Amino acid sequence: MNRQQLLDLYYLEARSKLIDVAAFLDRLDRADGPADFRLTAFQEALRELQSNAPSRAERVLTALSDPTSEPIPAATTKAACGAWPGKAG
Amino acid sequence: MRYIEPHAHMVSRVTDDYQAMVVAGCAAVCEPAFWAGFDRSSPAGFYDYFCQLTEHEPRRAAKFGLPHYCWLCINPKESEDVSLASEVIAMIPKFLDRKNVLGIGEIGLNKNSRNELKVLEMHVDLAARHNQLILVHTPHLEDKLKGTRLILDVLKADSRIKPERCLIDHVEEHTVKLVLDGGFWGGMTLYPETKCTAARAVDMIEQYGGERLWMNSACDWGVSVPLAIPHAALELRKRGHSATAIDRLIYQNPKRFLSQCPNFKVLEAD
Repeated sequence: MNRQQLLDLYYLEARSKLIDVAAFLDRLDRADGPADFRLTAFQEALRELQSNAPSRAERVLTALSDPTSEPIPAATTKAACGAWPGKAG
Repeated sequence: MRYIEPHAHMVSRVTDDYQAMVVAGCAAVCEPAFWAGFDRSSPAGFYDYFCQLTEHEPRRAAKFGLPHYCWLCINPKESEDVSLASEVIAMIPKFLDRKNVLGIGEIGLNKNSRNELKVLEMHVDLAARHNQLILVHTPHLEDKLKGTRLILDVLKADSRIKPERCLIDHVEEHTVKLVLDGGFWGGMTLYPETKCTAARAVDMIEQYGGERLWMNSACDWGVSVPLAIPHAALELRKRGHSATAIDRLIYQNPKRFLSQCPNFKVLEAD
């Protein structure tokens, strides 16, 4: 498919998701209390979107991933939260 | 249209889902052993579950003329208790000669812990000793990239394991290349939020080719869509893929991988 066809197929859906992200960040701004490492990771991932380099999806996923390589000593939870706490700075 | 659902947790689904899948063209469904949403308290709980997967669930599917297959293991979410896992793994060979068993799965990692890794190695050894296919679950979200690397290291370190007999499931854009470059098959799971959308799955097919990729719904007791594959077929069609190419992706590919197990048979309509 060419760019025009892809825009015809996906533009409105992507626009809608973009506005959802903007509204999510506005909602966080309006709320009280501290945020946590997930917002930090989210903002870092957003920076990957602004780059013109290819493989944005891969880079966003990598930005939200645990970058370490050693197994952890023990699993204390079963759940994943979508961002790596170790990146909190 | 015909398709194979290579990963669905049908014990968690209502009978209406079977009916809808068959109406949509499902020719076979494959059910990996997984976590029930709570930890089972003893090996006996797994014994009952394996009986459910090999006896009861095939009967439920057969009411709709749908062949049902399964994979056996203790899921990575219950692998922190190595002692329990050892007892469950010791029980699995008793079930391997049942006619709907495809192999060992879905094994893998969840939080990438040392015990999970130990239990993964035990499962890989079991599969190698019994010449079984392997279906691998890769971890969720932030744990996926690291977990996929650890899993591939385990599989590559065992000389008895042939990559073409292993499917690494739940790949996304940051793991698909690792999997395919290693000679393994990759599975893309079509989930509304946490894994992969149909559009992204089609992106990966277009970027990496569809030679060793399949798509699945992995529908279970959580938010998931049993008809995700037919919806992905529609996405492929919108993107200009031919009916032949779509058939190759959603029917021929899973059939090609799964047919490495002699138990797997689907009736060809043509």
